[in-house]
Amino acid sequence: MTTRRTFLKTGTAALGAAVIAPRILPATAPVQGQRPALYTDPATRELMMEALDAAKRAGAQWADVRISRNRSNSIQTRERQVTDVVDTDTTGCGVRVLVNGCWGFAATEELTKAGVGQAAQEAAAIAKANRVAQDRRVTLAPAPAQKDATWRSAYTIDPFTVAVEDKADLLLRANAEALKAPNVRFVNSGLSFVKEERNYANTDGSVITQDYVRSWVTLSCTAVGNGDFAVRGPEVVQPAGRGWEYVLEADVVTNARKWGEEASEKLKARSVEIGRWDLILHPSQLFLTIHETIGHATELDRAMGYEANMAGTSFISPPDKVLGSLKLGPEFMNVIGNRSERGALSTIGYDDDGVKPEDFHIVKNGVFNDYQTTREQAPWLDWWYRRQGAPVRSHGCSYAQSWADVQFQRMPNVSLQPGEKDLSLDDLVAATDKGIVMIGRASYSIDQQRYNGQFGAQICYEVRNGKIVGQLRDVAYQMRSPEFWNSLDMLGGTSSYMLGGTFNDGKGEPGQSNAVSHGCPPARFRNANVINTGRA
Amino acid sequence: MPAGPFPKRERHQHGEGLSVSFPKRLLGAEAHGVLVAPGSVLTREEAQSLIERTVKFSKADAIRVNVASTRESNVRFAANQMSTAGLSSTTTVRVQSVFGKRKASAVTNSRTDEGLRRVVAQSEALARLAPEDPEYLGELGPQQYTPVNAWFDSTAALSADERAKAALSALGPARAANDITVAGFLVTTARSTAIGNNAGLFAYHRSTDASYSLTARTNDGTGSGWAAAEENDWSKLDFAGVAKRAIDKARASRSPVALEPGRYTVVLEPDATSDLVPLMANALQARAAEEGRSAFAKGGGATKVGEKIVDERVSLSSNPADPLILGTPFDNDGMPLRSQTWIERGVLKQLAYTRFWANKQGRTPTGGAGSLRLDGGTESLDQIIAGTQRGVLVTHCWYIRPVDQRTLVFTGLTRDGTFLIENGKIARPIKNFRFNESPLFMLNNLDAIGRPVRTSGGDAMPPIRVRDFSFTSLSDAV
Repeated sequence: MTTRRTFLKTGTAALGAAVIAPRILPATAPVQGQRPALYTDPATRELMMEALDAAKRAGAQWADVRISRNRSNSIQTRERQVTDVVDTDTTGCGVRVLVNGCWGFAATEELTKAGVGQAAQEAAAIAKANRVAQDRRVTLAPAPAQKDATWRSAYTIDPFTVAVEDKADLLLRANAEALKAPNVRFVNSGLSFVKEERNYANTDGSVITQDYVRSWVTLSCTAVGNGDFAVRGPEVVQPAGRGWEYVLEADVVTNARKWGEEASEKLKARSVEIGRWDLILHPSQLFLTIHETIGHATELDRAMGYEANMAGTSFISPPDKVLGSLKLGPEFMNVIGNRSERGALSTIGYDDDGVKPEDFHIVKNGVFNDYQTTREQAPWLDWWYRRQGAPVRSHGCSYAQSWADVQFQRMPNVSLQPGEKDLSLDDLVAATDKGIVMIGRASYSIDQQRYNGQFGAQICYEVRNGKIVGQLRDVAYQMRSPEFWNSLDMLGGTSSYMLGGTFNDGKGEPGQSNAVSHGCPPARFRNANVINTGRA
Repeated sequence: MPAGPFPKRERHQHGEGLSVSFPKRLLGAEAHGVLVAPGSVLTREEAQSLIERTVKFSKADAIRVNVASTRESNVRFAANQMSTAGLSSTTTVRVQSVFGKRKASAVTNSRTDEGLRRVVAQSEALARLAPEDPEYLGELGPQQYTPVNAWFDSTAALSADERAKAALSALGPARAANDITVAGFLVTTARSTAIGNNAGLFAYHRSTDASYSLTARTNDGTGSGWAAAEENDWSKLDFAGVAKRAIDKARASRSPVALEPGRYTVVLEPDATSDLVPLMANALQARAAEEGRSAFAKGGGATKVGEKIVDERVSLSSNPADPLILGTPFDNDGMPLRSQTWIERGVLKQLAYTRFWANKQGRTPTGGAGSLRLDGGTESLDQIIAGTQRGVLVTHCWYIRPVDQRTLVFTGLTRDGTFLIENGKIARPIKNFRFNESPLFMLNNLDAIGRPVRTSGGDAMPPIRVRDFSFTSLSDAV
């Protein structure tokens, strides 16, 4: 049985398992690892310069170019077998141009002077063709040229140097542990890794090289009994902008048994009664609510209608009615947009406009303070920045998922700051008479303006008179974002702060995926509307 | 993200929670040796030659090569302005190498000898180290495929000028009107896919797709309307019609009134049906049902096959050759996909068997329940509305996520045009609702079912009217 003590301990922080050195096997290392790194190859820089020159010759007033190598590696298992091993490696070039204030973009796999030159010409031709339907010119906020800039993400062991049998062994051992739990009949687990060698240049004179790695381990346990089933997972470990060392720290083999027992216990758990409950949201659950209600709602393109046909618009709009005035939560609520938190998924040295990002307050002392922006978008808010005495500059939120996709505004890490007192999740539980602790992301859905959300959790515990009394199942809260954040009344402190994240956040047309983290402490929300999602 | 049963416009919201393995309208039709224009996708001969070059580098017991060649062009507009526009050409080569039962795959976009040699060596290095996969059944030999003609030069050869002009179908009226702001997306895609192995199998298919979607919002912020269309043939897309539908809906939906959440009779437009009915596809997997973890499980390995599970008018099938679907006639293994009926007149007729599970259970593999078609009636949407005493009309749905796998209850919201129908007519716009509902409950509570049409999600779905649809809360979102 999982005790309250163990779940509190294992749920709140990266686990203190010893980091075991992996076997890095040069002899059997994947042969693709022997390719010369794009960024150390002077030919890459030459091709980028050729693309920019070709764009200018084709009439571009401004252009940028990205040449990248995008790698991913995944291994999937079920119970005692490996079901899939896939390694993906693509390289290519994307050229973006501005001709008379109109965008054009083209991507090519042909990494030759002729190939990138043709892409530049095609991008310019598209921009010219679209002039007929253009009404207003795109202008870019200035950004200092980043000359020969480099950046590397926070990994110490490159997952692409770790042998596949070590990855398989870790997962199969974890599966075996999970299957020891009562009633656990099925276990699926997987490892996913991404590595991007990103090269960027623009006509402002920036030339940037970055090396980015992210890692994720998933595991789901299904307990079956009495014609019913219950699942814990698959997001039991948060994905991170780190390497193989992070996977080892998560110690999935030791924890798998506990996750299995939680699934088993959930099978027997009491179904929740609907009504008003205080919610104590663990960071592994709260991060996604932050993402959906504050993260997406403060994207400036959404607020201005640029996502109206897909992801939607925003309840935090229009800008002139909400900036500096909309009260989003209590005074102790502060939310920071950043691309700087160590190990977070959206952390990067330079964005895909060539901007070096800075941290910025999205919510300051409970009041809405700023949107996420790119160089195209920052001038839309010049009145607000002038009033603040701040420069009109991009917050560095431009991103494209690969060389084959055009960049646009994507989410930085959007993190809720911890409270002043260093409270723990235990402290929040002790202070609550009738509540539910919710752990792990599960079902989550929100409308296109980010008002009405419904969020579940993988594991829920009932709190009575300051104590955990057992698991509940079929729990979800339905909320309206502004009221929900204004019902926040307790925040955990710095020691309980952790990063949650998602590998695949969707936006845009054609759809693109972005990986993003959200840091937060556990937090308490009063009198939430809890529904029962079980059998009707 | 994995392709799945969610509507196209939702496929990119946190997809990692889902795991669906059936192909959904992967790629297009037989080329039969027709040469395509320069700059287009790989022809049959080019794909075959690429696969043969790759197979020659193999030292494995078995090798399979999947080639996907895509050229996609798009235009986005929003806030009555042009936004981004682009062109992307990609060709990926996926190699699966197998030693005994050890297998692994590697993917590259390099087509040089060096690149192909490297991707083969990479898949072999991974396969040698991978544990055995007891479910691996070996490669298929030569197969016969049903020809499906889904290639149209009108789509493949489209110019940037023509796309920009098509965008004016919405930008023109919106700019002239002063009360409407539009955002839309136009995309044309040409694709070819080929599969070959060292057991003699070769499959090739190519297709084109053109799709247009538009959201019109009223400038007072209280109305929103959406319309979309998808065709394989660009020349069949009715741009003006899509623009008019979205703009009319936006104006008609201004200043919606709030109705109490509860159980309502609901009329789903075909795109809304397409948002909900294909959510059953995953549960139709035989393995999950026989393992006791799907809505069609009865415990002890038994399933609900042979039982009446929905209204007796309902039939649900998959057929890549269906003229409304024009899907791919094979799956990623190269296995032929043929017409399959999942539900016949309300009775669960069969479940979907993969090669492995079919072999284990002594069944014939069926392929997944993809590219679905729902049949059962002949009425049009207008006729169904006219026959409705009182009900809620839903244009389409948004952010649908599973809530309970045991009952197939999903949650989501209505969006961009929700109306109250009274006495056979649209009476007034109403605020959007959140629902918690199961496609199984819904098809049990069927009141009326119309004729299926090609939806923007690429399947064939009818307008339907259902009773007691469960709206659980109101949304302020417009």
